[in-house]
Amino acid sequence: MGATQTHSEYQYENMVGKTGFSTEQIKNLHMRFQQLSGNEKTLRREHLKNIPALANNPIKTEIIEAFFDKRNQLDNELGSYEEIGFEEFLMVMSHFRPLSIKTSEEERTAMRRQKVRFLFNMHDTDGDGKITLEEYRKAVEELLSESGTIGQEGARAIADAAMLEVASTNVPNLGPDDFYEGITFEHFEEILKDLEMESRMHVRFLDMNTANLRCGKTSS
Amino acid sequence: MAVLGPGPASFRFGSVLLILLILSGSSWTRDVPTGRNDTRPELNRERDGQNRDHGNNATKHKAFPVLELNYDYVRMPFEISLWILLALLMKLGFHIIPRISHIVPESCLLIFVGLLIGGVIKAIQEKAPVMDTKLFFLYLLPPIILDAGYFLPIRAFTENMGTILVFAVVGTLWNAFFIGGMMFAVCQIEAAAAAHVSLLSCLLFGSIISAVDPVAVLAVFEEIHINELLHILVFGESLLNDAVTVVLYHLFEEFSHADTVTVGDAFLGVVSFFVVSLGGILVGVIYGVLGAFTSRFTSHFRVIEPLFVFLYSYMAYLSAEVFHLSGIMSLIACGVVMRPYVEANISHKSYTTIKYFLKMWSSVSETLIFIFLGVSTVEGPHNWNWIFVVFTLVFCLLSRVLGVVGLTFIINKFRIVKLTKKDQFIVAYGGLRGAIAFSLGYLIHQDEGSKDTRGMFLTAIITVIFFTVFVQGMTIRPLVELLAVKKKKESKPSINEEIHTQFLDHLLTGIEDICGHYGHHHWKDKLNRFNKTYVKKWLIAGERSSEPQLISFYNKMEMKQAMMLVESGSAAKLPSVMAAAPAAPAAPAAPAQTAEQQSEPTPERMIPKISKTREAEIRRILRANLQNTRQRLRSYSRHDFFMDPFEDNMSEVRFRRQRVEMERRMSHYLTVPAKQQETPSVRKVWFEPEHKVYTYDKNESTRPSDSAALLDESNQRADGQSEREKPTRCLSDPGPDEEGSCFLPS
Repeated sequence: MGATQTHSEYQYENMVGKTGFSTEQIKNLHMRFQQLSGNEKTLRREHLKNIPALANNPIKTEIIEAFFDKRNQLDNELGSYEEIGFEEFLMVMSHFRPLSIKTSEEERTAMRRQKVRFLFNMHDTDGDGKITLEEYRKAVEELLSESGTIGQEGARAIADAAMLEVASTNVPNLGPDDFYEGITFEHFEEILKDLEMESRMHVRFLDMNTANLRCGKTSS
Repeated sequence: MAVLGPGPASFRFGSVLLILLILSGSSWTRDVPTGRNDTRPELNRERDGQNRDHGNNATKHKAFPVLELNYDYVRMPFEISLWILLALLMKLGFHIIPRISHIVPESCLLIFVGLLIGGVIKAIQEKAPVMDTKLFFLYLLPPIILDAGYFLPIRAFTENMGTILVFAVVGTLWNAFFIGGMMFAVCQIEAAAAAHVSLLSCLLFGSIISAVDPVAVLAVFEEIHINELLHILVFGESLLNDAVTVVLYHLFEEFSHADTVTVGDAFLGVVSFFVVSLGGILVGVIYGVLGAFTSRFTSHFRVIEPLFVFLYSYMAYLSAEVFHLSGIMSLIACGVVMRPYVEANISHKSYTTIKYFLKMWSSVSETLIFIFLGVSTVEGPHNWNWIFVVFTLVFCLLSRVLGVVGLTFIINKFRIVKLTKKDQFIVAYGGLRGAIAFSLGYLIHQDEGSKDTRGMFLTAIITVIFFTVFVQGMTIRPLVELLAVKKKKESKPSINEEIHTQFLDHLLTGIEDICGHYGHHHWKDKLNRFNKTYVKKWLIAGERSSEPQLISFYNKMEMKQAMMLVESGSAAKLPSVMAAAPAAPAAPAAPAQTAEQQSEPTPERMIPKISKTREAEIRRILRANLQNTRQRLRSYSRHDFFMDPFEDNMSEVRFRRQRVEMERRMSHYLTVPAKQQETPSVRKVWFEPEHKVYTYDKNESTRPSDSAALLDESNQRADGQSEREKPTRCLSDPGPDEEGSCFLPS
């Protein structure tokens, strides 16, 4: 570990409060961060791109982009970073924390909103607060990209149908002259409310220091 | 007659039914060899008639008998059919009387009818048909299990697999040993007068009574529409505990005949558990793969496709039973493995056939099981021992509650979505016992001196079954309401949800990879990849093997939509409307018009207008689906769509709304002056959930020339649009869906 003991402990305290992880989990993630970044202080896109396991993932680019997206840092800024430090990395990871049995109703709603917001940001690449048809099409195309047989029209047809569905659920009285600009965050929340994001969108973070932490070595 | 409600029609119906039942009961008993000939006037008459014939032919010329009675010839099939028919008539009758069916679950009513019949038969002093163990395990149980296994919700099942296994294995073991042990202690009490019962017998008894029964759980839980998690927990447990039950039962039975029990024997018992369960699953998987492989080649002989599914599954069950492996697990494994590949290969009609036949058979089986349970209760060897029975009941409930609470405490440490107290209560309360326990009880050998024991056991088993089915079955519905337990969500997965479910899968896999540990998602992803690259190529015919899941989902939706459209509207409107639908979201509502009317896109519109070529592309894709649908639709006969008993009642209303909406859209798209119509309030697009599949026949795939021809044809028809054609009665296959129907997005 590169950082000095006292300094990192002080930082960890901060992060526990901000992100909700336990100290153990933060330590493990820090180790992982350093593995990925080759013991540098900041992580760049190339570091993530080099993870071999991610190579097969159809939405790899979006996932990597999400780490560098400023909107996911709860700062309400727009744009993206070129490189991120451990705090930002942790912040993004905190979106995937599982619920505990003691979460109250408001906390649950807040967590769900945060997770759905993360998904929204992944789709809304230009940051205007709406998912337009083009953006949605792109997302569906990426999703289908690994199969390769369906081609563009199929993906577009699906995205179009999906868009229409959002429009019809959320703006029930869509008149003939109305124009559906794009999916806003509220509409997005609405159509995904049955999926119960707060219980589905999570990854198990290790509490114990296991030897499972392997990664494709990004630097030698 | 107390069961029948007021009102002249139902009264008459009920009395007719009862008379028929009595007749059938007596006809059945007459032919069970009782050794008493005095109540068989018909057979005597028949014999006399035959004698007379023989005699007459030898001596003098007799008139040719115009009408003869020869009941023996058809006796067996006649009575079986009569029983089944009457059972189903009873089931029908219950639904005609609405009040009863809301309060009392169907299973209770059927048992009650069985009791009545048994009582009547006993009154006639005949021997009633008892539920033969072979009959039950070989004929009545498999359809129910196959139906459950084939339509098992895989995602929910695998996500909760750990919990289900813990409940099934550890929970059942705990139940068996606790009840067995405590009952042995009870037997030692002087007042019980059952001191001769050995420990092993008690353990055997415990193992029989401890298992949650899938038939009873299905029967009760299906009516209360509880949320998917709880349903799959209790139901999954009832399926998987079969292995434990089989092993324990055979174990204790063997031991009770042996002189000593060594540690080695106990160890072998543990080993045998793994052999039974894994062996059963292996047998099921083998047959499942065989079935999937066979279905790859059935494209030329579609009619027998459903038979393959049924036969392979049944063979899986029987093969497992040959080796005393767990037949239920084998059946489930076969159904689960076979289904995704078979459904990609078979035709739409075959799929519907499979679904309906399975539901039909399982329904009949269930009805018969409950009625026989009632009849056998009246008939069976009884030995009412107050203390034994009461304590059995108490300990069953106690052990169930303790088991569930204790196990949940441990399981919750490993679960992400924890089980709340309400969930635990429902899981504990839903542990119903049923006919499997009863049949196993019947199987207990009658050793000398233990005839009373057997009677005592059977009485206790029956009491527990009755208690769970009647009391727990009846009260679970109001309890669910009272505790405000989450119910099954009514809406269908939409395409947005499907997209995001898949998106989420990939996202979580990616995050796991970044985090560096191989979790749940990683392995699931690996399995999917393996499935796609190797398995699908072998088991799915043609180019369907490389179709991604989202595409199949979307195709299914479109198919359903198209069928909906033809059903509710006129076929001629189809192409333009379907073309309008995707054109519309691309530029919802107005810009579709704008593309037609105005040529310049307004600058602030971020959505590009639809070019003609794009439109044609979209239309072509959709046409391909529609063409398949329409060709298929012409060959169907019968089956009015609205009459589908599984269909939601609202479908009629929805179709009307949908038709109105369709016409509205069309009028916009084609710049015909819009008619003033009501705006339908619901326009959600509902799509079939994943497991309701529609497939293409290979020979009905897209042919460009046909699409072009249809395109022209539809254009012509669309031009002359203002008159409304008479809605054609859709001769479509009833969409096999018990929940809902599909709208056209508007």
